Amino acid sequence: MHAKITIFSSASAPLLGRRRLRRADDASSPVRNYFLGGAEMGDRGRRMVFVTVGTTCFDALVKAVDSEAMKEALLQKGYTDIVIQMGRGTYIPSKVSGSSTLQVDYFTFSTSIADYIREASLVISHAGSGSIFETLRLCKPLIVVVNEDLMDNHQSELAEELAERKHLFCARPQTLREAVDAMDLTALRPYEPGDAKPVVTLINKFLRFPVD
Amino acid sequence: MGLDASTAACCALPVFVSLLVVRFAYVTYHSGRPLSKLSTSAARVRCLIVLGSGGHTAEMMNVVTALQKDRFTPRYYVAALSDNMSLQKAQVYEQSLVLVEADKEETLGNAQFMQIYRSREVGQSYITSIATTLLATLHAMWLIITIRPQVIFCNGPGTCIPLCASAFLLKVLGLGWSSIFYIESIARVKKLSLSGLLLYKLRIADQFIVQWLQLQQKYPRAHYAGRLM
Repeated sequence: MHAKITIFSSASAPLLGRRRLRRADDASSPVRNYFLGGAEMGDRGRRMVFVTVGTTCFDALVKAVDSEAMKEALLQKGYTDIVIQMGRGTYIPSKVSGSSTLQVDYFTFSTSIADYIREASLVISHAGSGSIFETLRLCKPLIVVVNEDLMDNHQSELAEELAERKHLFCARPQTLREAVDAMDLTALRPYEPGDAKPVVTLINKFLRFPVD
Repeated sequence: MGLDASTAACCALPVFVSLLVVRFAYVTYHSGRPLSKLSTSAARVRCLIVLGSGGHTAEMMNVVTALQKDRFTPRYYVAALSDNMSLQKAQVYEQSLVLVEADKEETLGNAQFMQIYRSREVGQSYITSIATTLLATLHAMWLIITIRPQVIFCNGPGTCIPLCASAFLLKVLGLGWSSIFYIESIARVKKLSLSGLLLYKLRIADQFIVQWLQLQQKYPRAHYAGRLM
């Protein structure tokens, strides 16, 4: 395990750092420093993939991440750890430690999800808007996995729209592996957070309040 | 005597119904139009803020943060009985305002927090949900009558429907006037949510705001003013 980590950290992490820095330079001016935070994280040797399902039950995603093929793909991309927030799911991923492959850890809920996202080099998330925007705000590469078992599946709309705008990658549990293989982090564009002021101005105008 | 009473009722009923129809048409006409200057001569408006849950609450709190707190006061926050997180978030925010402002006593009284019965919990059977919907509607009516909000902010999901419907009913009956603002969730890119569709089609929302241009093109009475998240 330790040997593996050092191999990956020396080989791919600095490379990734450089690539990210370049992308930050390329990005349009107001969001120039966006990805620098992410680069810092990657350089410490530990490259963690954080998987989150929010308050839902999304065993299909946990299973997909827990598969050997998936771990192989993540390992290939230079990730060293997986931390799974499994919510109300009942599928328990296999904890791997020792010399075999990636370190896998899991928990059900936490009040400090943001800390995990901040620590992660890649986030794989369910399609809830809370998780999506929290990750985008923290400028982390994100793969959103749409839960097809949900009755009213409007959630894919948001993920697909944001994927079209290149803010994240969108996948299904059965295509996650391909998405990881094909993912090109340099293709991602930073997300500019929204602003409630125009909406409030609209409301003020309607109520005939003076607009300042 | 009995005949007289029934004839009177027969004559009065059509008059009453047509009055109601005219009033309904009047309210529908005025909903969605900016208020006349006279009605908002007051410097502050009583607000009812309906917190949905999870992502809905996060979006709503972004709106509340941007509101002019001296105008939009007092603020009544309402969330579903089963949702503990939302009111907690609002409380934390209101507490943070108190710390900033000097006049603590007054600021504290400006925010109130209450819970409302939900018409239907996830997975509840349809038979029992008839009873709970009735209960939720009565409770919503009671809240609207006691709070008498001048402005209602909501963004789904279902919790806001009984509240908006009650407020609209009071408008029709001439017992109060509130401007209803509905801000569709950012998660809706191509289609409106069921709550949104209801409030849009029935013209209950005075101003209907969406967060994606393609949605605004599909629903021309909706407004687009950027994204909240």
